[in-house]
Amino acid sequence: MCRRFTTVGGLIPPIAGLVAGLSVFHSTQAEYGINFPPPAADVAQEIYDIHMLTMQIATFLLLVVFSIVIYSLYFHRKSRGYPADQHFHNTWFGNWSWVIVPALVLGVDLTIASNADAVLKKVWDVPKDEKLMDVKVTGHQWWWEFDYLDYGIKVESRYTPREQAGDLYLREVDNRLVLPTNTKIRFLHTSADVLHAFWVPELAFKKDAIPGYVTETWSELNREGVFRGQCAELCGTWHSRMPLVVESVSPEKFQTWVAEQQEIKVAAAAEAAATKTWSREELMAKGKALYETKCAACHQLAGQGLPPAFPPLNGSAIVNGPIEAHFNMVINGKPGTAMQAWGALNDLEIAAIITYERNAWDNRTGDTVQPTDVALAR
Amino acid sequence: MSHTSTLHDAPHHHANPTGWRRWLFSTNHKDIGTLYLLFALAMLFMGGASAMLIRAELFQPGIQLLDPDLYNNLVTNHALLMIFGAVMPAAAGLANWMIPLMIGAPDMALPRMNNLSFWILPAAGTMLILSFVVPFFPGGGSQINTGWTLYPPLSVQVGMSMDFLIFAIHLLGISSVLASINIIVTLLNMRAPGMTLMKMPIFCWTWLVTAFLLILVVPVLAGGVTMLLFDRHFGTSFFDAAGGGDPVLFQHLFWFFGHPEVYVLLLPSIGVLSHVIPTFARKPLFGYKSMVGAMIAVGTIGMVVWAHHQYTIGMSLGAVSYFMIGTIIISIPVGLMIFNFIATMWRGAMTFETPMLFAVAIILMFTFGGLSGVMLAVVPADMQYHDSMFVVAHFHYVLMPGAVFGLFAGVFYWLPKWTGHMYDERLGKLFFWINVTGFNLTFFPQHFLGLAGMPRRIIDYNVMFTEFNVISSIGAMIFGFSHLLLLYIVIKTIRGGEPATSRVWEGARGLEWEVASPPPFHTWETPPLIRQEQSA
Repeated sequence: MCRRFTTVGGLIPPIAGLVAGLSVFHSTQAEYGINFPPPAADVAQEIYDIHMLTMQIATFLLLVVFSIVIYSLYFHRKSRGYPADQHFHNTWFGNWSWVIVPALVLGVDLTIASNADAVLKKVWDVPKDEKLMDVKVTGHQWWWEFDYLDYGIKVESRYTPREQAGDLYLREVDNRLVLPTNTKIRFLHTSADVLHAFWVPELAFKKDAIPGYVTETWSELNREGVFRGQCAELCGTWHSRMPLVVESVSPEKFQTWVAEQQEIKVAAAAEAAATKTWSREELMAKGKALYETKCAACHQLAGQGLPPAFPPLNGSAIVNGPIEAHFNMVINGKPGTAMQAWGALNDLEIAAIITYERNAWDNRTGDTVQPTDVALAR
Repeated sequence: MSHTSTLHDAPHHHANPTGWRRWLFSTNHKDIGTLYLLFALAMLFMGGASAMLIRAELFQPGIQLLDPDLYNNLVTNHALLMIFGAVMPAAAGLANWMIPLMIGAPDMALPRMNNLSFWILPAAGTMLILSFVVPFFPGGGSQINTGWTLYPPLSVQVGMSMDFLIFAIHLLGISSVLASINIIVTLLNMRAPGMTLMKMPIFCWTWLVTAFLLILVVPVLAGGVTMLLFDRHFGTSFFDAAGGGDPVLFQHLFWFFGHPEVYVLLLPSIGVLSHVIPTFARKPLFGYKSMVGAMIAVGTIGMVVWAHHQYTIGMSLGAVSYFMIGTIIISIPVGLMIFNFIATMWRGAMTFETPMLFAVAIILMFTFGGLSGVMLAVVPADMQYHDSMFVVAHFHYVLMPGAVFGLFAGVFYWLPKWTGHMYDERLGKLFFWINVTGFNLTFFPQHFLGLAGMPRRIIDYNVMFTEFNVISSIGAMIFGFSHLLLLYIVIKTIRGGEPATSRVWEGARGLEWEVASPPPFHTWETPPLIRQEQSA
């Protein structure tokens, strides 16, 4: 008896643990954080259902296999004096199991595949001949850009540092992706540099952002709420700092938000277009704010960089050298590295960043760059 | 040279070199097998150490031990060391040792090539380790933060360590292809008279299929990384969209290799189980022919389902439907293999020595990993699972039991044959229990993490993922350190122990059990006669 316990009997606790774990796995809800969060879109619900179906089939098959194996482990052993059946493989069962087993497995496979195929057809292709709201999602190292193509609004979304985010650190951003409920939305995914992937579990799809590609997904949110996700494709150093936060609001609230964003955009454009000459102090203040959101993830707050991947700007030859090279680096980036082209920023923003970089920390060029200088350098 | 040496008298010809020459110039399958196994053991510890550093970092949210690039460098290195350094050489070591003994051949068909295919490995291993350490030297460039998949454009941004890695992959590939050619030639030409292909032991069959897979897919990976090298240094744009190239092309090339590679890792261990289970159930393998058919089917279908690793790249509906159904279909031959193992145990007279304990654990845990694989194959659901910790849990449940534990079973099964000493059974069982408990503790919670929304390959995570990461990291420490016990058992067995009989196990069948333990330096110089009951 003792020997039995040390051999097969000892197998029971971990097996029981596995089975118990698995049954918890499919009966509990999201509040324990062990299954998908409740879906917020009909397509997401379909995906959730097919996930639960395959998991239940898998759990059932696992229980069957475990039961047979445990029965055999208990009864068919030498210590119980069970005589080995030397002809089991030559019985009718032994001769035909190679047909029976694949037929049974095929049955299970077809059940799963036919259910999955039906869901796939609904989820995969964007509905045709319908008016959809288009949102272009561009992955950057390491932030997201959302272009509301129908409204001419652009939102930049970056992770919130731990001090401000608290318990939501790595799940909170400065600017959320605001979306209306009950509206069919088409997401167009692309990337400015390396691969990224858009993943918000409540919306239930994941799609890679690939430079040179535009991939599509669609969804229709059916409830309001805040849904959190993360970049899911390894994109380099700060892959862990690319949260995605979707704020789902009613279409009315969404229109209000759109109007606000458009006003902000118009004000910023007017400021940049103004023909005034900016003082060093104004540019430094603007430049510091812009640098800290857009540049500091790589080049760091004190400009010390993270060599060798991200060179320091404090004492840098480009920052302290001829200004043309500095313009070129910021506007066009450096191909083959993580330094992207920042040419999409307006003249004022680039002027402010360059002024700040050339006069911050130990850099003492004394240059003040005006928006008009940037316009000439483009 | 070889012509003159054959003219020498017999005693001179058999004077074997000693000391380091014995190993460096070895053309003996047993010595080369030992070298492979020792190399694999060393790599297992290095790969294990990198995994434990990863889990130590993930023990708590926040960044405590590593910086993000070092973390991703370790993630990359862990995979490559384990796959190319530990599992493949260990499987090749078993093949070298056992195939000639099992088929009654005096040695491998191409002994000098055998020497070459091993001795490329230390060079490749050095390149691989250099790719990890070079960034720590001045001017060494940035670390490899891409993961083992090396996807461009990220892999184009990496510094010179990526070039070391590309050449390491080339060397590892050459070594694998040479070893595969040798195994195929040996199996097709060197079998004892009367041993037809359908009487060949299953372990040999699994290696025949594995070797063909390797020859078919390794050159594709070599081509892919060569194109990457050209993109990095010679101005081509195979994978750069801005130059008319396609970043997704690399993914197809990589997974055309990468998916069959899964079966390369799995099949030799399936071969080991096909010997271990009949031995300890004391009855013949159930379904020899269906086993052979199933592994050929797995190899064939496994070649054409690679894009299920890339469901999220935006393929057409037709393409993803095909890859989904093809992938689900693989459950048929794999299910048949598992069924045959269970049917071999059924109505047997089982005892539970360490190899059999591993075999039983493999059946249960591999079934679990296979079923989560079916879940992943379902495209709509994979849009959720993809690149989450669920995937990490799945493939460790497949590859740990399916490949690594199978190799452990093989080592414990054949160690008495190799060394002539019985291993310490009590310690062997202790190792099994600690190892398997640690494994489940490490990887089972990762399923929950993935479903709750934790992506893979992140150094830092939100506090909501803390509990399961703590459990997983504790499990990983138990799991990792348990391998020191394995090392101790192996050393202890090599140094001494109860003498092993030539049959070793009561239920063992096959030619390898008819030679002494340990076998003499040269075996089967006269081919044995094959009797019916020796087959399989």
